[in-house]
Amino acid sequence: MADPVKGAIPAATYTGNRGLAIEEPLIFEQDMPGRCGVDLPAPAKVEDRLGGLRRRGPIGLPGLAEPQAIRHYTRLSQKNYSIDTGVYPLGSCTMKHNPRLNEKLARMPGLADLHPMQPISTVQGALELIDLLAHWLKTLTGMPAVAMSPAAGAHGELCGVMAIRAALEHRGDRRRRILVPESAHGTNPATAAACGFEVDSIPADAQGRVDLAAYRAKLGGDVAGIMITNPNTCGLFESDFERIAEDMHKAGGFVYGDGANFNAIVGHVRPGHLGVDCMHINLHKTFSTPHGGGGPGSGPVVLSEALAPFAPLPYVVHGNQGFSLVEQDDGGTSLGRLKGFHGQMGMFIRALAYMMSHGADGLRQVANDAVLNANYLMACLGEELTSAFAGPCMHEALFDDRFLKNSGVSTLDFAKAMIDEGFHPMTMYFPLVVHGALLMEPTETESKDALDQFIGALISLARRAKGGEGAAFHEAPVLTPRRRLDETAAARRPVLRWQPPQGRAAE
Amino acid sequence: MRYLPLTDTDRRAMLAKIGVPSIDSLYRDVPEVAWLAGPVDLPPHQGELEVERAIGALAAKNMGSSAVPSFLGAGAYRHHVPAAVDHLIQRGEFLTSYTPYQPEVSQGTLQYLFEFQTQICLITGMEVANASMYDGATATAEAVMMADRVTRRRRAVISGNLHPHYREICQTHARFLDFKLAIGEPDPAGRQDLAGLIDSETSCVVVQNPDFFGNLRDQSKLAEACHRAGALLIVAVTEPVSLGLVEPPGAMGADIVTAEGQPIGNALTYGGPYLGLFATREKYLRQMPGRLVGETADVDGKRGWVLTLSTREQHIRREKATSNICTNSGLCALAFTIHLTLLGEAGLVRLAEINHATTVRLAERLSALAGCRIVSESFFNEFTLRLPKPAAEVVEQLAKNRILGGVPVSRLYPKRPDLADLLLVSAGECTTDADMEALLGALKEVL
Repeated sequence: MADPVKGAIPAATYTGNRGLAIEEPLIFEQDMPGRCGVDLPAPAKVEDRLGGLRRRGPIGLPGLAEPQAIRHYTRLSQKNYSIDTGVYPLGSCTMKHNPRLNEKLARMPGLADLHPMQPISTVQGALELIDLLAHWLKTLTGMPAVAMSPAAGAHGELCGVMAIRAALEHRGDRRRRILVPESAHGTNPATAAACGFEVDSIPADAQGRVDLAAYRAKLGGDVAGIMITNPNTCGLFESDFERIAEDMHKAGGFVYGDGANFNAIVGHVRPGHLGVDCMHINLHKTFSTPHGGGGPGSGPVVLSEALAPFAPLPYVVHGNQGFSLVEQDDGGTSLGRLKGFHGQMGMFIRALAYMMSHGADGLRQVANDAVLNANYLMACLGEELTSAFAGPCMHEALFDDRFLKNSGVSTLDFAKAMIDEGFHPMTMYFPLVVHGALLMEPTETESKDALDQFIGALISLARRAKGGEGAAFHEAPVLTPRRRLDETAAARRPVLRWQPPQGRAAE
Repeated sequence: MRYLPLTDTDRRAMLAKIGVPSIDSLYRDVPEVAWLAGPVDLPPHQGELEVERAIGALAAKNMGSSAVPSFLGAGAYRHHVPAAVDHLIQRGEFLTSYTPYQPEVSQGTLQYLFEFQTQICLITGMEVANASMYDGATATAEAVMMADRVTRRRRAVISGNLHPHYREICQTHARFLDFKLAIGEPDPAGRQDLAGLIDSETSCVVVQNPDFFGNLRDQSKLAEACHRAGALLIVAVTEPVSLGLVEPPGAMGADIVTAEGQPIGNALTYGGPYLGLFATREKYLRQMPGRLVGETADVDGKRGWVLTLSTREQHIRREKATSNICTNSGLCALAFTIHLTLLGEAGLVRLAEINHATTVRLAERLSALAGCRIVSESFFNEFTLRLPKPAAEVVEQLAKNRILGGVPVSRLYPKRPDLADLLLVSAGECTTDADMEALLGALKEVL
């Protein structure tokens, strides 16, 4: 007998909307000249001083009133998945809860309204805050110095690699080869290249770690350093890290630590004790500043004694007169300036609030629970999915696509089917050293209940894939505002901006 | 602990499932020598109230620019941001989402970035724009490196009136990528002609409009000179509100336009996070750094958006990428685009007019002060004032009177005694008549 409700679901609606899934046109398609979302007074009448450069034509911006704008962005927000919505297990991205206290504090008068060029005497609290955050970062990493200005993880990498090159040049050394494990994030080789280095890749061993013999074979007088992530992107601790660092130092090179995965070891392991010379810390990962749909991030870089003299400008110092900001380097060894003004202050406030909330004890618990959650996933899913390497893992669990063999379902299909179950997919096809990789990082802020539901959904999907339902996976997702999008067409004939309809002038 | 949902009961059950006796045993790959036995030497966890008190105490030690008459600019500008902006960007679906790599569940982010890219094209007069960069200064350095790729040349000409931070970042990159810079002298009146510095090896000329000292300049002739020599013209804009009133760089022949996006929608927050705007000509699209959102359709033929042309980017190209950049400034770009949507055509023009008119009035009054002279020949909402004594001293004394009187040029050019008496002064819609009176009154006493 036909399901009466199913029969009543309309094939199409007049509006195109489907209940709460509401279609939303572009702002440019809602334009009405003369409409405005702000009320501003008439300007004073003056003779202009624009030097004859007054704009000649209209700009072409649309006019919307405030209610329309609010509705537009509210509807757009409802087309996004987020941490606030549900489990967001993107491996290597550390999508943990973003506390709202941090948002509140970053907006406080006395912080949000500080101009970067105010006299130093009027920003003593701001400099103290930067200095305090620096103290936490140095203490947690066991490193003597930190460069606070880099704007993001990749920017921090650039800072660290530049510091290495500056140190080499300072001693008259022209080494130009940087070793990067195959499992590294793409930013590592891109950064080394952006700093004038040649990239030499090191293979992984069968246990998912740096192949020590292959690494040692590459060491020589032309090697500037290694960029190495620990725990690595396979979710494993590089247990030979100290040996790797020691060998690099003996060969005269430096060790760049990629701190993307610091969440697994914060409070337990100080990278400084492992022989790291510099390491960026993604405040937007370990220290919970929001990812914001792709930034802004913040990537302070801790530095060893050997690299500290090459730190970028500016930096905060504390003297008899209180705090001051060193913005010029008179004949010194600083690598120079990397960022306008002084760094991502708004992110510093949020990260410090997060650290103070957890404290030394809570940060250890953060790492513990992150590692526990990942191992729980690995244990519960290991029976249906195929683990890439033997555990225990650190804060993320890596699977390969052997469990999908002969099912006709790819890692991509599997990920898209997770969306219909109400989850954001894990990181897929990364790291490159594993076939069809599925990299899951639950973080410490997921409850056991949420993980159990996630695990149940993944097991159900894996069984369906193996049970001959592969064809359905090719259609997924089917319950989203948009189904699979044609990325090939987007790249072949790029449409990167709205254009007025034919007949209206573009400019 | 309020952010950690696992209970001890949960932890025991999970350890049993994993089959290990303790969480410590999950760390067995960590060498003992690196393992800390107890917490590091930092304070223990605290409640919301305690953290709020501690950070509030630090905030109270600062002089917030909204609490006093403030005339600061030099690359960061205070504007009134409508309440709706901060409300909307704090919606969790925007705030706590990742880069939109899964387009089916990220259409919100992708659509606003597509709208943002269009807005940037419109205000700059350019053909394509990316989805934002770290800030105006780093975007400008990226533009120089892009010009090197486009022209396959390795010498950039930098105006002496480019914001010194922007220039210094170019110098840092030049040092490590082994390209050359020819840097002009700072010229507060804005008359310097850079055409003479262009040669057959020049990849680009970088100017700022309005420039660091406030001057507006028609760059059309310089653009022609660049193009004759096969070089690109890069125009940096540190105050995008100016584009409501001033002829856009695209109309003057710029090949790349970079800008600081902070003044629209974003708080000052002591220098960051901000957002860099980056726009260029369509023919240079594939050499562009940063993320791009493109229009496409889904399998049902419905319009939608995706990240596109990512074959330029590091996660695909690794060491052959156009840039190592991974993030953009998504949430700052959202604040920018919402504010600009609320302003619209009429609002941006009006806001720019108010800024200019207020600044003209302030300039007229300051130029009447004994010993003071306006150096900038033209300006938008910031000008250079020559004082009869070192500007840094004056600014310190004004700060004691709770007035943030401007940015002394010496803060950015400490080794140029010839610039020591120059003060950058900015005004806008937040500047009241009382603010102006306070500044004038205090300056009369200080000078």
